[in-house]
Amino acid sequence: MLKDITLGQYFPGNSIVHRLDAGIKIIITVIFIIMLFAADNFISAGIGVAFMVMSYLLTKISPSLMVKSLKPVLPVLLITGVLNIFFYEGEVIFKLGFIKITDEGIKNAGFMLVRVISLIIGSSVLTYTTSPIELTNAIEKLLSPLKKFKLPVHELAMMMTIALRFIPTLIEETDKIISAQKARGADFENGTLRERASAVVPILVPLFVSAFRRAEELALAMECRCYRGGEGRTKMRQTHIKPFDLAALGISVIFLAAIISVNVFFK
Amino acid sequence: MYYLTSEKIIEAENLHFSYDKSKEILKGIDVDINSGEFVAVLGHNGSGKSTFARLSNAILVPSEGSVKVLGTDTSDSERVFDIRKNVGMVFQNPDNQIVAAVVEEDVAFGLENTGVPPEQIRKRVDEALKAVGMYDYRHHSPGMLSGGQKQRVAIAGIIAMRPTCIVLDEPTAMLDPAGRKDVMNTVRMLNKDFGITVVLITHYMDEAVLADRVIVIDSGKIILDDIPKKVFSQVEILKKAGLDIPQATELIYELNKCGLNLNPNILTEEECAEALASLLKEGKI
Repeated sequence: MLKDITLGQYFPGNSIVHRLDAGIKIIITVIFIIMLFAADNFISAGIGVAFMVMSYLLTKISPSLMVKSLKPVLPVLLITGVLNIFFYEGEVIFKLGFIKITDEGIKNAGFMLVRVISLIIGSSVLTYTTSPIELTNAIEKLLSPLKKFKLPVHELAMMMTIALRFIPTLIEETDKIISAQKARGADFENGTLRERASAVVPILVPLFVSAFRRAEELALAMECRCYRGGEGRTKMRQTHIKPFDLAALGISVIFLAAIISVNVFFK
Repeated sequence: MYYLTSEKIIEAENLHFSYDKSKEILKGIDVDINSGEFVAVLGHNGSGKSTFARLSNAILVPSEGSVKVLGTDTSDSERVFDIRKNVGMVFQNPDNQIVAAVVEEDVAFGLENTGVPPEQIRKRVDEALKAVGMYDYRHHSPGMLSGGQKQRVAIAGIIAMRPTCIVLDEPTAMLDPAGRKDVMNTVRMLNKDFGITVVLITHYMDEAVLADRVIVIDSGKIILDDIPKKVFSQVEILKKAGLDIPQATELIYELNKCGLNLNPNILTEEECAEALASLLKEGKI
């Protein structure tokens, strides 16, 4: 049952977006986030949304998937949106006791909703089309200049890789431990919150013990395979920035420029 | 007599090892592993056989005596990585030795560590995966593979580094019979076709039978070191060391104890059946 959990939500494919260099995709995502927060009127926000819709359509991933993953966060978004309506000064449209709705409030709430939803969809485009391994490699590459400031970039990337590798293994193990405890009469479904919380302890303890043992063995195996940190290490997977990647980056910069100029001209 | 060449890969001399002073695990081992050999190391749990494996690639260093790999002393801390490049190690649990989330990335791990140029890595990874028959799975996640397949991926990760010797520490202990067979076939193929020296630590007798030479370790000492037939005919000594004997050999041993005169060197069921059949034909039973 636990095995069915999807991780990272990567949908393999061969669209233009899938083929983009992962590092470039991360940079474009950052540019897109800047776009969203730079946009301060409806026209510039529209440009940002258009960019997002265009990118999503290019992934060739069914929009219903996106709708599905937005569903659980929708109530939270709506509540914050509604709350936003009440807390802005401006021309009062509606007033009831201490509650007042202003035009600024409605505008801001609308903006916030558009921004957050676009943010979720935009970053999903990244995670939907990039495998976790590609992401890790790209992060390592993008952060590598920070090595100068003693940031352990390689070590961080290695930790991410190992975590990705062991998540399924540990999930499987948790499943086994749960079954084993159930077979001995452990009850996870009934009882008060406190009882149920304490029923988790017999799952966590063996899980942690085994995780530590695995870590030790893995460290030994890595040492046997000449692992000695990031220094002098090469990579099998070489990523080369293609003209096509630069073009995509260029397009996103043009969109950002458009948003900024729209901001200036339509105050 | 059974040496293929005289070149020595691993030389242990008066090898002692203890984790703490009170309990010595290895008590003076002298052994040479020669190039091209397929050596099985047998011993029951706690006999020191895994410790011996770890001493052979400088994961542990001797507390007394010495281990030399291709003439280099393992206590020379500057040559540690040269030694590990030459003596690859495969462990028992396939899950705990696969580092990457994709098969081919894992096979590349050792090569990346030693700074091999990327094009070379690509070539060697493909070759290694083809050699163990896992090339079609190169883009898979290790989690989707069976135990035997994972162990073959681990072996590919080692042979991609082109070691002269590969030490396998109970590689089949956690596998189902089909996985065990696959792994053993791969190990034999590496030895026969690629000429890689193999040291197989095991407690399965039927695996040890496949080796050119069997070393039996008990309580930190080598008690037998010979070709399989000669080792397994020493039923008394093996039983004292807490080891099983191949069923066929044990049957012959028991029959001989009852007064029959059969060849005590018999190892396989076929040989055993033949010997018994000929005995029946002669009408001696």
